[in-house]
Amino acid sequence: MNQTLAQTKQPTAPLKSAARRKSFASLYRGRWMILMMIPGLLYYLLFHYLPMAGILIAFQDYNLMKGIWKSPWVGFEHFRTMFQSPDFPQIMKNTLLISIYRMIFNMIPDMLLALLLNEIRSKWFKKVVQSITYGPHFLSWIIVYGIVFSFFAPGAGLVTTLFREWGWGELNLLTDPDYFRPLLVVSDLWKNVGFGAIIYLAALGSINPELYEAAAVDGAGRWRKMWNITLPGIRSVFVLLLILRMGSILDAGFDQVYIFLNARVFGVGDIIDTWVFRQGLEQLNFSIAAATGVFKSLIGLIFILGANKIAKKVGGSGIW
Amino acid sequence: MVTKTDRIVDGALYVFLGLFALSTLFPLYFVVVMSITPYTEVLRNGGFVIWPSAVTLEAYEQILASARIPDALRITLIVTIVATAINLIVTTLLAYPLSKKSTPGRNGILLAIIFTMLFNGGLIPTYMVIRELGLYNTIWAMIIPGTVSTFNFLIMKTYFEGLPQEIEEAARIDGCGEIATLWRIVLPLSAPILATIGLFYGVGHWNEYFKGIMYVSDKDLAPIQVVLRNMIQTPSVSQELSLNASKVAQLPPETIKMATVTVAIMPIVLVYPFLQKYFTKGVMIGAIKG
Repeated sequence: MNQTLAQTKQPTAPLKSAARRKSFASLYRGRWMILMMIPGLLYYLLFHYLPMAGILIAFQDYNLMKGIWKSPWVGFEHFRTMFQSPDFPQIMKNTLLISIYRMIFNMIPDMLLALLLNEIRSKWFKKVVQSITYGPHFLSWIIVYGIVFSFFAPGAGLVTTLFREWGWGELNLLTDPDYFRPLLVVSDLWKNVGFGAIIYLAALGSINPELYEAAAVDGAGRWRKMWNITLPGIRSVFVLLLILRMGSILDAGFDQVYIFLNARVFGVGDIIDTWVFRQGLEQLNFSIAAATGVFKSLIGLIFILGANKIAKKVGGSGIW
Repeated sequence: MVTKTDRIVDGALYVFLGLFALSTLFPLYFVVVMSITPYTEVLRNGGFVIWPSAVTLEAYEQILASARIPDALRITLIVTIVATAINLIVTTLLAYPLSKKSTPGRNGILLAIIFTMLFNGGLIPTYMVIRELGLYNTIWAMIIPGTVSTFNFLIMKTYFEGLPQEIEEAARIDGCGEIATLWRIVLPLSAPILATIGLFYGVGHWNEYFKGIMYVSDKDLAPIQVVLRNMIQTPSVSQELSLNASKVAQLPPETIKMATVTVAIMPIVLVYPFLQKYFTKGVMIGAIKG
C-alpha cells in the first residue's frame, strides 16, 4: 500500500530520486517480507492503535447514537468529574494497596523459592518440586476461585467446616472485608510463585561456578557465598522485574479481583479496572470510564519511564 | 567438607520444599475428591471428606446431561483450536520478517509493537472498536482480538534470530524464495518453539473469560470459564445449568461445582507434561529480551 502511494508521487530533484529509487528497490526486494507482515500489522493497528485513537471519547460527551464524529467536545470535564467522584480516593487506595501487596508478596517469595531450590543437590527432587509448583500458573483465575471456594465457602468449605467442628465459630472469609486482600495475595502466591521462580533460577544458573569454587578456597561458608555471590548475581533480574512492576503499579489484576469481588467487600476490593468496567459497561458512562482508563495508562507510562531512568542511574542498566 | 550444620540445613530444605509441593497439590486433590464423594458420606462427615470410602460419578453425569456445560465446552474447544491456529500463523508471519535486519521498516515496526506494551487505549475504547468491527456477540470476538501476544511474538523473533544464517543463505542460493525458505527450512527447525508458543496460546484461550464477559452477551456462546464463574457465584446450580431439579436435589451444589472445576482443569492437566518440557526454555528466551 505504501509502495503504490509513494510511486504515484513524481520525484523532483535528481539526488532525491536516486535515494528514492534505492528505497523502492529495497521495498521491492522485501516485498514478500512486507506481505507476510500484513495480517500481524493489521492486528496491531486495529486492536492496539485504533483504541488509542478511541481515547478521544474521554474528551467528549460521548453518545452511542451520535458516535465519535458527532459527539460534542467537553475538554477535561470528565477528568474533573473522575477526580471529584467520591469513589476516586477509595479505588485509588485499593488499587495501590493491592498492587503494592502483590509486588512484595510476589517478588520476594519468587526469589526465595528460587534460592531454596538452588540449594538442593538432588536433581530429581528439585525437578519434581519445580514441576509441581509451576502447575497452578496454567489454571485460570476462575478455577483458582473455584478452589478457594471449596476451602472457604460458607457452610460447606473445608476450612469453614473445620472451624465449626473445632468450635471456633462461623467463618465467612469470602465476604469478610478484613480477609479480602490477604485472600488475593495468598491465592496469587499459590498460583504464581513457582512460575515466578523460573526467571530467578535462570539467573542463578548463569552465575559462573568458578566464583563459588574460589570462594570455597577462601574459606567462605554457605551463607557467605549466598550473600556475596548469589544475591549480587540475581540483583539485575530483580531490578528489571521491579521496573516492569512499577509500570503496572495501577494494575491490581482485573482478572483476579473481578472474580473475587462481591458486594460485601467493594469497600476494600474495588480497583480502578473493576470500577471502569462497571462505569463503562454496566452504567454506560463511556466517557468517564474512558477518561479513567487514560489516566491509568498515562500514570503507568510515566512510572515505567521514570523507573527505567532511576534504574539506569543507580544500577547502570535499565530495560532499554 | 560437609559439616553437621550443613546436613541439618539440607534436611530442613528437603522437608520444607516437600511440604510446599504437597500444599500446592492438596487443593487440586481436594477439589477432585469433593466431586466424586457420594452425598451420604459428605453428610455423615459434616461437609468434607479427605479420603472417600466410595466413589460416585453422578455429578459428572449431571453436568454432561445439562444444557449449558457440553455447549460451553464445545464453544471453548472451537475457540481454542481456531484461535491457536490463527495465533501461530500470524505470529510466525510477523516474527520471521522482523527477525531479519534487511526487512524494510523493521526498526519502526518493532518500536510500534513494543510501545503497545507500555501504553494502551484501555478497556472502553477497545470494547468500542470490537463493537464497531461487528465482532460483538460473535464467536470471533473471543478469537480475533487476541491474534498476537507481544510477549510470544518477542520469544519467537528471538528464536528466529538465533537460527544459523548459513542454512537460509544456502537455501537462497539454491533458488528458494523467502516464503519457500520459511516453509521448508525455518519452520521445520522451529518445531520446539512452535510447540511452546502454541501451548502458551492454547492454554490462554482455554482459560480466557474476560473476552467472554466483555464481548459476548449471548448465553449460548458463553465459554466454559464464564459458565463456571456464574455457577460458583450462584447458590443453586440447577437453574444456572437448566438441570432436572428433582435429580439435582440428591447432590449438593458443591459437588456439581467441583465436578465442573475438575472438567475445566482436565485439558490443562493433559497438556501439562508436554507444556512442561518446553516452557522453561521459552520463558528464558523471552526474559533475555525482557
